[in-house]
Amino acid sequence: MSSKNTSDKPVAVVGSGSFGTAVANILASNCEVLLYARKPEVAVEIEKTRKSAGQKIHERITPVNDLELIGKECDVIFPVIPSPYFREMIQKLSPYLKPYHILIHGTKGINVAPKEADSQKLTVEDIYTMSKVIKEESIAVRVGCLAGPNLSKELADGQPAATVVASHFDEVIKEGQKLLRNDNFQVYGSKELLGIELCGVLKNVIAIAAGALDGLGFEVNSRSLLISRGLIEMIYLGQLMGANPQAFLGLAGLGDLVATCSSNLSRNFTVGKRLAQGENIKTILDTMEEIPEGVNTVELLVRLLDNYKMRAPITETLHKILTDELTVDEGLRLLMKSPFNVDIDFF
Amino acid sequence: MRSLKRPLSKFYRKRKFEYILPETGDWPVVQLARDRKNFIDEVTLESTQRVKVIRNTTPGLIDELELTRYKEKLRIQTNPWKIDPEDEVVYWEKVKQKLVDAGNASDQEAEKIAEDTLRDITSRYANEITGNFKQSHYKLARRVANFGFARLLNAAKLKGWNAFLKKEYSLQDKIQLVGEVEHLRKLAKIGTVIMVPTHFSNLDSITMGWAINELGLPPFIYGAGLNLFNINIFSYFMNSLGAYKVDRRKKNLIYMETLRTYSKQAIQRGCHSLFFPGGTRSRSGKIENRLKLGLLGTAIEAQRANYMIDPQEGRENKIFVVPVVINYNFVLEAPSLINDYLESSGQERYYVENDEFSTSSKILSFLLKFFTKGSHISMSFGKGMDLFGNYVDEEGKSIDVNGNHINTRDYFLFKGEITYDAQREEEYTRMLADEIVKEYHRINQVLPSHLAPFVAFQILRKRHEKMDLFSFLRLPIEEMEIEYEEYKKTFDRLRNIIIELYNNGKVDIAPTLTSDLDAVIKEGVENVGMYHARHPLIFNKAGNIATQDLNTLYYYHNRMEGYELEKYI
Repeated sequence: MSSKNTSDKPVAVVGSGSFGTAVANILASNCEVLLYARKPEVAVEIEKTRKSAGQKIHERITPVNDLELIGKECDVIFPVIPSPYFREMIQKLSPYLKPYHILIHGTKGINVAPKEADSQKLTVEDIYTMSKVIKEESIAVRVGCLAGPNLSKELADGQPAATVVASHFDEVIKEGQKLLRNDNFQVYGSKELLGIELCGVLKNVIAIAAGALDGLGFEVNSRSLLISRGLIEMIYLGQLMGANPQAFLGLAGLGDLVATCSSNLSRNFTVGKRLAQGENIKTILDTMEEIPEGVNTVELLVRLLDNYKMRAPITETLHKILTDELTVDEGLRLLMKSPFNVDIDFF
Repeated sequence: MRSLKRPLSKFYRKRKFEYILPETGDWPVVQLARDRKNFIDEVTLESTQRVKVIRNTTPGLIDELELTRYKEKLRIQTNPWKIDPEDEVVYWEKVKQKLVDAGNASDQEAEKIAEDTLRDITSRYANEITGNFKQSHYKLARRVANFGFARLLNAAKLKGWNAFLKKEYSLQDKIQLVGEVEHLRKLAKIGTVIMVPTHFSNLDSITMGWAINELGLPPFIYGAGLNLFNINIFSYFMNSLGAYKVDRRKKNLIYMETLRTYSKQAIQRGCHSLFFPGGTRSRSGKIENRLKLGLLGTAIEAQRANYMIDPQEGRENKIFVVPVVINYNFVLEAPSLINDYLESSGQERYYVENDEFSTSSKILSFLLKFFTKGSHISMSFGKGMDLFGNYVDEEGKSIDVNGNHINTRDYFLFKGEITYDAQREEEYTRMLADEIVKEYHRINQVLPSHLAPFVAFQILRKRHEKMDLFSFLRLPIEEMEIEYEEYKKTFDRLRNIIIELYNNGKVDIAPTLTSDLDAVIKEGVENVGMYHARHPLIFNKAGNIATQDLNTLYYYHNRMEGYELEKYI
């Protein structure tokens, strides 16, 4: 092996939102980090204040605005960009990517194939997880994802936590573990890329519902009911999209679900809570700084379910609430009457 | 009919392709045959190493040798073949004795005994696998086949005894070569080609052998089942075509590693290779959707090894993949294949190779039918790609989504160095298999005889939607009648959808599919499975569509699986 070591080369984080910044800070304890901001003035601002998305940044982080530089200087790249902008960003990065690049994304959302953007009925093929976007838009193959209960604010405080790095490639998992692991941060590996990605995606839907329950003033019994029924719904939806059910029982599935359903720090939870307090979805979205992925996910899932004669009561009810067909109260009553009363029947 | 938005695929008639390497002495397969002994030694050495890496302790290795010996003994007892060497029993007895010795020896001696025994076994296997290519045989076989087939064809097509010597029809009328044929010829000059055809019939290896020669390419090596070498005449042809022997009874690690090494090293020496990546013939009649990764993986290993020797992506050391779909109106083995499939209820299991082609007379009678009746085969050649599923241009350079060149060496780099990572290469193999399957569906040429059974089966199936497949297939065929007008309407709709798919580059169509609707239906119904005793599709007395055998109808219908056409019925 050569004396050159990845830790000698800087690692890039593309996206300087709160999670991107948190990831950059974790990485910086092990290596040099280039933190990419889409707008040049933002990169300048981060450099000036040494603060990004409200978090202080580690001394080994260099804010940049040059994707070509990232392609040349880095073997490992962490794209952490909200799903609506993800494809566009990968298209811009794509000319600088080579087959040896390792891309580990941390985006918990899904897209729809551009040609199906307006179609009412979606097939499983039309749904894009972010790793699928990367593979379609670039030559990169060593792709992975990052998922788990990782609330940015707690990570920024250095509280103990863990995450999952998933990829079809052992070398991606090993490299991800090596780069992210520190005394306060444990990293598990998984080969179930699709399953782990969908854990992060689908739990956001349940998080909105959890926020709504909280907003109505309900407590532990109802939340536990939601979490367990929600997990089952996640598994069914995951299976429909081709994922292995086991993935949902680990840190990225159950672990992350419990975290986002219990915390006011979660964006999706906040959406639900404000809905229950009578706010309208448009106002909520307009006043939030960062994108709650769950809202878009609900819409895409409903378009997918239409096509497969499948039911997903929580997702469908949330969709009715988000489209003003039902109030949160009515939605909850509808769910409680749900005829799906077998506890578990997969596996 | 909906209009076509791209020109129909090119096909060739009476086109004479020059040999890309006129001097047979330059053929890699000839050079390999000349260097046979060295080659076997290299294969032995490398496969010994590989097994030692997998079983990296002496006790582990001894266990593996013991297991191999046990399996071999079992095979000799339960499934002996005429072609097996006479000394087998004695040989494995000796191995047993050596392993006993190793058990009683000191650690150091045991290690040496184990290694020597391993080397001896791999050498035995390597000798057994290696083909016996002789160029004089090849030339003769080529002449006999071409002359024989062409004469037979003309005699059959043009009535009269003197037609035997006429040259009005060439075999290209019977077996149409469609698609990226010129590209394939170019790639075979620049680098090493791995051709990966679909596998529906035992006839496939014969048609492929003919096509390779017809296209002016040097012989491709391929693994042929050892059972085929049981028949003398076959054995002669197989050797002539550059076949090496694969014994599907031997499933032990040492044999598998030797076989893989054989394939890898032959590719590294520039031998074009032919794999049927589906493994065995498609039982269901569906285009393969799960490929066997074993031999495909050896191409990736060879590519990495080439780059380790010479890191520049050069003209000589690049390996290309060319998918081929063979389109039949009729598959001789269809009735027994579909029965296999239905018996196993779609679950994977080991199929016992059966014997439709076991005797020369059966083969001959099939060939006679094939040449004397009006059925043809088309072979669609896909565009060449690299081992990572990227298409390559005229010069063999890989092209990415942005239209830029890719250096495929970069797929093996880690931190700037070419590295060997078995798990990475396994994953690449899986990705390659997916791309091959996609390409199969794109170049698959829809014949009227593919669409006709699909439409009929789906209409019938929909009438009994609530029934499971197996109960449905047991329904009395007398009840299976479709009014011609209903059939025609559905056929028309489906044809339009296929043309839409064709316009979007998702499938290929045969020119005959675009004729007048009644004529297309007639051709489809009359051609599908035309030589079976019971026809999958017929026009009954009322002029409606009926079937004589639901199972084979199902088989031929399966060919159009994978395009989500069901929802349009």
